[in-house]
Amino acid sequence: MNWYILINIILPFVLAPFLFGVINRTKAFFAGRRGQPLLQLYYDLFKLFRKGSVYSVTTTWIFRIAPFAVFSSIVCVILIMPCGALVSPIGFRGDILLFIYFLAMARFFTVAAALDTGSSFEGMGASREVQFAALTEPAFILCMAALACETHSFSLSTIFSRLSFASWSGEGAVLLLVAVSLMIVLLAENSRVPVDDPNTHLELTMIHEVMVLDYSGPDLGFILYGAALKLWIIGSLVVGVALPVNTGNFFLDRFIFLGGMVLLAVIIGIIESVMARFRFLKIPQVLILASALSILALILQVRF
Amino acid sequence: MLLISLLVFFIGGVLSLLFSRSGRIASIVGAGSAFVASIIGLFPALHSLFSGVSQQLRYPWSMPCGSLSFELDPLSALFLTPLLILTALASVFGAEYLRSWSLKKSLGAPWFFFNMLAFSMIAILLARNAMLFIISWELMTILSFLLVTFEHEKKSVRTAGWIYLVAAHVGVLFIFVVFIMLGMKNGSMDFDKFALPPGSIAAASLIFVFSIIGFGSKAGFVPLHVWLPEAHPAAPSHVSAIMSGIMIKMGIYGILRVFIYLGPPHEWWGWLLIGVGALSAVTGVLFALAQHDLKRLLAYSTVENAGIIMIGMGTGVLGVALKSPLMAAAGFAGALLHVINHSLFKGLLFLCAGSVLHGTGTVEIDKLGGLHKRMPWTSFAFLTGSVSICGLPPFNGFISEFLIYFGAFYSISSMNGAHVFSSSAVIISLALAGGLALACFTKAFGMIFSGEPRSGDNSRFHESSPSMLLPMLALSSLCLIAAFTAPLTVSAFKYMLPQLTGMTFSTSAKALDIIIKPLWHVCFISAGFFLWLFALWLLRKLMPRSEVVEKTVTWDCGYCRPNGRMQYSSSSFAQPLTRFFNFFLRIRTLFKGPRGIFPKDSHYMTETPDIFEKGFFAPIFARIHDFLVLLHRFQNGRVQMYIMYIAAMLLILLIWKLS
Repeated sequence: MNWYILINIILPFVLAPFLFGVINRTKAFFAGRRGQPLLQLYYDLFKLFRKGSVYSVTTTWIFRIAPFAVFSSIVCVILIMPCGALVSPIGFRGDILLFIYFLAMARFFTVAAALDTGSSFEGMGASREVQFAALTEPAFILCMAALACETHSFSLSTIFSRLSFASWSGEGAVLLLVAVSLMIVLLAENSRVPVDDPNTHLELTMIHEVMVLDYSGPDLGFILYGAALKLWIIGSLVVGVALPVNTGNFFLDRFIFLGGMVLLAVIIGIIESVMARFRFLKIPQVLILASALSILALILQVRF
Repeated sequence: MLLISLLVFFIGGVLSLLFSRSGRIASIVGAGSAFVASIIGLFPALHSLFSGVSQQLRYPWSMPCGSLSFELDPLSALFLTPLLILTALASVFGAEYLRSWSLKKSLGAPWFFFNMLAFSMIAILLARNAMLFIISWELMTILSFLLVTFEHEKKSVRTAGWIYLVAAHVGVLFIFVVFIMLGMKNGSMDFDKFALPPGSIAAASLIFVFSIIGFGSKAGFVPLHVWLPEAHPAAPSHVSAIMSGIMIKMGIYGILRVFIYLGPPHEWWGWLLIGVGALSAVTGVLFALAQHDLKRLLAYSTVENAGIIMIGMGTGVLGVALKSPLMAAAGFAGALLHVINHSLFKGLLFLCAGSVLHGTGTVEIDKLGGLHKRMPWTSFAFLTGSVSICGLPPFNGFISEFLIYFGAFYSISSMNGAHVFSSSAVIISLALAGGLALACFTKAFGMIFSGEPRSGDNSRFHESSPSMLLPMLALSSLCLIAAFTAPLTVSAFKYMLPQLTGMTFSTSAKALDIIIKPLWHVCFISAGFFLWLFALWLLRKLMPRSEVVEKTVTWDCGYCRPNGRMQYSSSSFAQPLTRFFNFFLRIRTLFKGPRGIFPKDSHYMTETPDIFEKGFFAPIFARIHDFLVLLHRFQNGRVQMYIMYIAAMLLILLIWKLS
């Protein structure tokens, strides 16, 4: 293992909360406000980690352990995640599945903790979360299958190191379909507009935010930090597909990758500014669209 | 060794029948002998599984068509191992579980049936003669029927038993045909003399399809699954655990065993298996999601898992047909590993359901809630079972699904061609089933164990006794152990793969080596998960204010008098998904809203009848019934008429003889 692989692990932990700052700044720009400081989430986390926690009397140890279980799952994902074309610390055939299923593990505990509070609001959020997740997961895995077919490999690191601008000129349609599909998956998995609005303050209309309503203090800190990391993780896949730079110059590649991440955050901010959240009945259609696009990407590659 | 085990099962069963006067002694003898026999049998089973040694026994038999032959080979040992583990643990559980009936019923007979059920299933796995196989198969069906109808004073239980018996016998019909076709050429029913005339492609395909129908009716493939959601809830919980965990696997075993004798497979066999498997997996979990009764939910989830096993087998068969050792090995390894894994976590979940039933008197999900505080250990066991069955790392369910995915991804990435479609079907159905299973089991766990009680007072609910909890906790830990020992188990598959796939030993061993490498990585990262969990917990303790600041009520949006019935219920939790799939599920809703200024009663009820039962089998059986009613005219109960039949028959015979 080379020392610079550690950058794979350090980058997300250090920079993930920054993406939220960029998103919020973009939204503020569109709304004509000045907006929060770029580092707002860092301040929030710092504040939360110094506080104590309030627990509901209904809850059990499941509620207490859930933030750690979620965060541990995300750490496991980060270990197998490549950073653009830079291979991950641990890469093997089929790590895609471990990647997706550890995210599902995180979801399991978020939902279990939400139900543990016995609140109707949180039950509602949990119910929506599992519904959308059941439809997002096939789309996500199909995106990966399309990429596997494109690059003749099914290990994340190999897939992303084999993608390059040459593949865009050769199989541009396939990569475009996958990129759009992954973008929808990103918005759904991270509870962004148009699937969920992180800014509403009405419990009835939220998904992810309402599930963590009863958390406070360091527990909430872990959850927010975990959410930021999750955005980074899936975002890096989108950037890896959309901007597959592999010049060979280590610093240039990383720099372009980080530029891509910031650009992604700006795009998310723009989407949130110009679109309203869809009605919940519409969302399954969007998610099935994502699956359909990635199936199309697969079909385009079939050679008889 | 295995013979001793069989003998102990048999003697224990008979003894418990003899002691049926006293429920206590019958339980101790019955459960004790089942436990001891299982432990004795486990040694040769494990030995054969991991060393690849086969043992044979053959006696001459006065029956026609072959000899009384038994064999313990690695494939049998693979099914034998979970059978014995689950039987041992279920018997310990059952001894305590059945005690509440000891005053009302004789317990000798159930324990006799239980021991003989294990006996007959072992005989199925060891039998190498079709007659012997079918006799054991029938024995298994009848004994499990007798166990299902344990509470035969209830009408619903009798109906369930009846549906089960009919479904099982329709299946046996096809199994007969399969064996007759296989044995025809050499005129022997011994498995090792089975052969097809060379070049008989159509016959092989026909046998294959018949074996799927015949054995599939036991394994619970859609649309032959209709008996499962009836029989499992009716049976006592430890019997449901055995039936769901092991008995349906006999169907899988049957298909695999017949497959060995069919020669090289066709590509479409794999497509067929994948299609049926995908249908079972998705349909099963959808119906599971819509259930309100925990045991029915678990029964439908068994259909799902049978589907997953089938998908794995389909991938394997397709791999053999496409001559890709890696795909074949991954598919079969996934299917075989899922056989073991499913029996562990489904056994566990059924025992948990039994514990809930024992402690609360109901398994209606919407009547429970907040049980975690009353039954912490059952809750813990159910949680591990749920995580495993959802196929989430670091538990065992993930490993087997990983292997099946591995086969599909391998074929997509390395061998471009028409099978990209079948592999995509594998991926879509596994992913969709996985996502829906997560919805289904977070619902089951969350609604039963979390939150506040829904039916007011739950102070009479109690945790089960240690002798019920220990088997459950043992299965929980086995779920985790099976995940971390999976690479070893998979490497032992090299002894049975050549038989199934027709590859040479070295090819299959090499293919498995490639598959095992990522499994070690999975284990490594999964171990990391627990490490991070521990580290974070420590970190939390070290934080400046680690103590609890305040304990208060759940955020209720300012509403001042919330009660338990206002919580989200299992039907409301599943509603978005069930509504989305309603074109398929056809949920029936009975709704009466409040009317007028002083509304009196209002109610809302949903139920999800099985569309295959109501829409497919019920009309067919109604037709058959109508036809058979015509025969009433002859069978009318008058003695005179019967005497006339006899006289007429004799007359006809006489005339026939004379002419």
